[in-house]
Amino acid sequence: MTKGTNLTKAAVFRATGIGKSYPGVRANDDVSFAVAEGEIHALLGENGAGKSTLVKMIYGLVRPDQGQMWLGDAPHHPADPRAARAAGVAMVFQHFSLFDALTVAENIALGMENPPPRRELATRITQVSHDFGLPLNPSRRIVTLSAGERQRVEIIRCLLQNPRLLIMDEPTSVLTPQEAELLFATLRKLAARGTAILYISHKLDEIRSHCDRATILRHGRVVDSCDPRAHTARELAAMMVGSEMRLIDRTGRRAGDMVLRVENLSRSAPTAEGTALKGVNLTLRAGEILGIGGVAGNGQEELLAALSGEARSIPGSVTLEGRDLSALGPEPRREAGLLAAPEDRLGHAAVPDFSLTENTLLTAGARKGLVRRGLIDHAGARRYAESVISAFDVRIPGPGTAARALSGGNLQKFVIGREVMQAPRVLVVNQPTWGVDAGAAAAVRQSLLDLARKGAGVIVISQDLDELLELSDRFCALNEGRLSDPVPTEGLTLDRIGLMLGGAHGMEEARL
Amino acid sequence: MIQLVPRQATSTAWQVATPVLAVLATMVAGGLLFAAMGHEPVAAIRTIFWDPLFGPAASYSRPQLLVKAAPLILIASGLAIGFRAGIWNIGAEGQYIIGGITGGAVALAAYPADGPWIFPAMVLAGMAGGWAWGMIPALLRNWFGASEILVSLMLVYVAQRVAAWMAFGPMRNPEGFGMPGSRNLQQYPAAANPELISGTGAHWGVVAAAVAVLATWFLMSRHIRGFHIRAAGTAPRAARFAGVNPATLVAFCLGLSGALAGAAGLFEVAGPAGQITDTLGTGYGFTAIIVAFLGRLHPVGILLAGLLLALTYIGGELAQLTMQLPAASVQVFQGMLLFFLLGFDLLTRFQIRRRVLA
Repeated sequence: MTKGTNLTKAAVFRATGIGKSYPGVRANDDVSFAVAEGEIHALLGENGAGKSTLVKMIYGLVRPDQGQMWLGDAPHHPADPRAARAAGVAMVFQHFSLFDALTVAENIALGMENPPPRRELATRITQVSHDFGLPLNPSRRIVTLSAGERQRVEIIRCLLQNPRLLIMDEPTSVLTPQEAELLFATLRKLAARGTAILYISHKLDEIRSHCDRATILRHGRVVDSCDPRAHTARELAAMMVGSEMRLIDRTGRRAGDMVLRVENLSRSAPTAEGTALKGVNLTLRAGEILGIGGVAGNGQEELLAALSGEARSIPGSVTLEGRDLSALGPEPRREAGLLAAPEDRLGHAAVPDFSLTENTLLTAGARKGLVRRGLIDHAGARRYAESVISAFDVRIPGPGTAARALSGGNLQKFVIGREVMQAPRVLVVNQPTWGVDAGAAAAVRQSLLDLARKGAGVIVISQDLDELLELSDRFCALNEGRLSDPVPTEGLTLDRIGLMLGGAHGMEEARL
Repeated sequence: MIQLVPRQATSTAWQVATPVLAVLATMVAGGLLFAAMGHEPVAAIRTIFWDPLFGPAASYSRPQLLVKAAPLILIASGLAIGFRAGIWNIGAEGQYIIGGITGGAVALAAYPADGPWIFPAMVLAGMAGGWAWGMIPALLRNWFGASEILVSLMLVYVAQRVAAWMAFGPMRNPEGFGMPGSRNLQQYPAAANPELISGTGAHWGVVAAAVAVLATWFLMSRHIRGFHIRAAGTAPRAARFAGVNPATLVAFCLGLSGALAGAAGLFEVAGPAGQITDTLGTGYGFTAIIVAFLGRLHPVGILLAGLLLALTYIGGELAQLTMQLPAASVQVFQGMLLFFLLGFDLLTRFQIRRRVLA
C-alpha cells in the first residue's frame, strides 16, 4: 500500500502488515505505509479506525501481533516508549502531561532521560524555541500558560531529542486558527530539516492545506493513500467514512419568541484555575442556534455551569420564557425546560462506571418520568436508553454497557441524544464534537439543527470554528469571561472570527 | 518479574472472591501466629470459627451470634451508604455511645412510669443522639471544610468521656450503693429490650438490623437518592450535574449513619449491656467499618460479614477460655481480616501479569 510514496527521498519509517487484536476487536489489520524524510504525513480516520493503536505501537506503548516496522534501515520494535525515544521517535499527545505548579524548564527536564544542567537546558529551550518560531519563556509556570503554549512545551520537549519521526495526535484541537498556523509553520521548518512527521487529525481542511501525503484508515485497515492536496474535503471524508457524507440540512427553521435571556451574569472563578464570568448578556430565540466561540479556559465551563444550574447567580440573571431560574439547581431547571450537555463526557456528563441505562437517570428522571416520587423505574430507564441508542445510532452491545467502555463519538451521541430526546425548550452544549469522528460529529450537529427546527433554542459553545459557522445563526466570542456582542454568522470569515476571539497568546511575539 | 496492570472493567467474580480469599488468608496467617505462640493452630482456628456454632457449648454461644451481629450490621449499613458516597464516618463508635446515653436518658427520666410509649421514645431519642453527634462533623465539613474523618474519630474520645461522666455523675444509679453505672434497664420492663424468642438471642436490635438491611438495599438500588449517592462516590462532578448538592449529601450520610449507630447503642444499653457505664463503647463502631468493607458496602454482604465478625468475637472469647489465647487475639484477627481484604482488593482493579523482560 505504499503506492506513490515519494521515491526520491528515503523512507524514515516503514510498516508492513501490522496487525493488532484486542478481545473482540481487530484494531489494526495488515496495515502498511511509509513516511518519507521531510514529509508531513497525515493519518486520517474516524474514531475507532485504529489510528491511536497504530501510533501507540510505533511509540512502544503497545506491541503489534503481526507485521514489521523499520526506522531507517533498522527494524523498529520498541519494548517501551523509552526504547522508542532512544530510536528517534517522539510523540506529542492530545492530552498534555505537564505539572501545573512547575516551570516550563522543570517540566521539560522531567521528561528527558538525561537532562542537562538547568542553565544549559534553559539556553537550549530558548534556542530551539527561537529556531522554530515557538515563543516560550523557560521560567514561566505551566499554570499561567494557554493551551497553545502548553502544547509548545510538549513540542519543544520532543524537539530537544532531535527526533527522526515526530508523531502529533490531534494537535490543533485546542488551538485558535492563528495558533494553528503558527504550529504548521513550525512543522514546515522541522520537515525542511528532514524530520518525518506523522500527523493525526480529523480536520480535513488543515490536512488538505498542510500535509504532503495521507494514509486513510477505516475499521483498522488502510483503505487508501493519497495526496490530500489533490482532493476535496468531501472526497477525503467519503474515503474516511466509506460512503458519501450527508449534507447538513439547515433549512426549515425560523426565529420565534425569545426563550432565554441572560442578563449581567457574573460569577467569581470557582477554582484557582477557573475563569470568572464578567457581566455576560445574551438572548436566544426559539428555533435559533447561537454559537459561542473561544479557546477553552476562557469561561466556557463556567458559563455552562451557570446555565445548567450547577452554579447559581443573582436574581434575574437567567430567565427562561419569563421565569427566573437563577436561584434554582439543575433538576428544577430541567423541569422548566433548560437542559445542558457539558464538555467532559466521562465524569461530568456521564458516570464512567454506570451503565447507559443508569446514566439516563442522571438527567432524564423528571422529564421522562423515570423517577416518580423518588422511586426509580428501571425498566423505563432501560427503554429510554434503548430509544436513545437506536435513534442516535450509538454502536454498543446494549444499554447495560458501562459508559467508560464507549468510544468518544458513541458516548457523545448518547449524551446529546439523552438531552435532545427530552424535548428541551433550550439546550446548551459545550464542545459537542470534541474528539469525535466525522460521522458522529455530523450526526450530533444534525440533531442540534433538528432540535432547533422543532422550535427549541440551542446554544453551542465550541472551539471548532467550522462547526460554529456550520451551525449557528449568530456568533459571539467568549474571551476571559467576557462575551462579545453577537454578529450574524452569514458572511463571517475565519479570519474575522479569529480576531474576535483575540485570545491568541504570544501571537505578536511570534510575528517578529 | 510481576507487574500489576489496571483492568478495563472491575471484575465481578473478584468482587465476590476477595472477601472469601481474605477470610481464608486470615485463617492461615492466624494459624501460623498461634503456632508460633505454641498453640495447636488447627484447634485454635476450629475453636474460633466452628465451636461457637457446632461445638459442645454451642447452645450457649449460638444466641450470642445475633446479639453481637445486630449492632455490627445496623452500624455498618449506615456507614456503607456514606462510604459509597465518599463520605468517611470513622466515628460510629462515638455516635453509638451518645445514642446509648440519650436513649437511656429517656428511660431514666421516665422511671418508674409504665407505658407502651417508653421504649419507642427511647429508640427515637437514641437515634436523635447519634444523629446529632454525626451532624457535628457534617456541619464542620460543610462550613469550614474540616475533614470528617478526623472530626468524627476525635469525637469518639469525647463521647467516651461523656459516658464516663454520666456513669459516675448525673446518671448514676441512686440505689446503686455508689457504684458507677446507671439503673439496670433490664429490670425496668417498660424500657427493657429483652430476647424476643427464647434461645435465639434476637432482641429488637436484631429486628432493626434486618429492617436496616432491607431499607438500605431499597435506598441504594431503587431510590433516586441512592443513585445520587453512588454517582457522587464515583463521579462527583456528574452527581453535581445531576442536581446533587454536596453539602446536603454530607449531612444526609453522616446523619443517617449516626442515627443508625445511635439506635444500635440504645438497643445495647436497654438489652445486653443493661446500663450506661463508662465502658459502654466496646468497639462495635470500629469493627463495623471492617464489616462494611468486608461486605463490599452491599447490604447482603454486610449481613454475612456482620455474622462472620460476630463469630470471631464469640470464638475469640471461647478460645480465651478453653485455650488461654490472649484477649488481643480477636483484635489481631479482625485487623488481619481488613488487612488481607484491602490487599486482595487490588485484584478487583488490577491484573497480575508476568512481565517479559526485553
